[in-house]
Amino acid sequence: MKSILILFSSLLLITHNHGYKVGDLATDFSLPNVDGEMVSLSDYDDAKGFIVIFTCNTCPYSIAYEDRINALHRHFAPVGYPVIAINPNDPAAQNGEELSDMKQRAQDKGFTFPYLQDKGQKVYPEFGATRTPHVFILEKQEKGNVVQYIGAIDDSSRNPDKVEHYYVEDAVDALLAGQLPKVSTTKAIGCSIKTL
Amino acid sequence: MFYPKFLIFLLFSSLLSAQTVPSLSYAELKPLLEQKGNKIYVVNFWATWCAPCIKELPYFEVLNQREDVQVLLVSLDFPKHKESRLLPFIKKNKLQSKVVLLDDADENYWINDIHPNWSGAIPATLIYTKKQRGFYEQSFTASKLDKIFKLFNP
Repeated sequence: MKSILILFSSLLLITHNHGYKVGDLATDFSLPNVDGEMVSLSDYDDAKGFIVIFTCNTCPYSIAYEDRINALHRHFAPVGYPVIAINPNDPAAQNGEELSDMKQRAQDKGFTFPYLQDKGQKVYPEFGATRTPHVFILEKQEKGNVVQYIGAIDDSSRNPDKVEHYYVEDAVDALLAGQLPKVSTTKAIGCSIKTL
Repeated sequence: MFYPKFLIFLLFSSLLSAQTVPSLSYAELKPLLEQKGNKIYVVNFWATWCAPCIKELPYFEVLNQREDVQVLLVSLDFPKHKESRLLPFIKKNKLQSKVVLLDDADENYWINDIHPNWSGAIPATLIYTKKQRGFYEQSFTASKLDKIFKLFNP
């Protein structure tokens, strides 16, 4: 009886897992990159943390952010916070999301950060990503990669000229200064993640 | 000075003539999310390029034909694409439900204000009456929508 209860409650835990919260440790992954290599967080010896962005090829909100994501990587990779982009969509559920399509897009837009495919769609549910784009900033500490920010890149997806709050920039700047981000969770409109 | 009732009248009186699509700030949209008539109000957040959104639009169009239901389709298309994409889409598909374009940059504010459980992904749908309120961040099949809709009484 007891074991049934334990089994049942652990099932409940699993079904109610909505992904990471700020303060949680993120599990590492190994995912295929557009350059043909496999990429893990543990590959980055010198990183102080990561700007993990779930994004994709086809969502117009994601496309609207491509230049801003490029700028984030240019700005923060040299100081220890590279962008790691992960495409969570199942290519069988959405045209244009195959690794070959991603490779083309990365080339066209001149991505200098890894653009990984969430092959098997195991990683995005673990993070709790629900949309593209969806950002998770991780800070590398002794105990692991701590989630320090979850949410939007900034407060105006559809019009970069109307941005008033640069959430990701502000959060990484805070972390680099040894502080916690003042704003640690935000929301933005995005495309649902495509599954079969 | 702000007159929500007048605004609502203006928006829905245009139903009688051809479909016009006002671009609204969130402050202008908000009264349409808390109307107090004897109806079931359905507010669907969508965009012309969003495949799962387009797939479920016909189910909302059917609901909109009911006397006791009022459907509002809130487009989250890019404001710069209103003339080139949104209006032609409405015309081509002969949409009868009222369409507005939400043109407001402060997403982090209004997503939470519309519903705390909304992550911001579309499609998403708010269904409410004077007494009930439900928010659904999902896409609907006809039967799924039917099932949920049965929980609401005007």
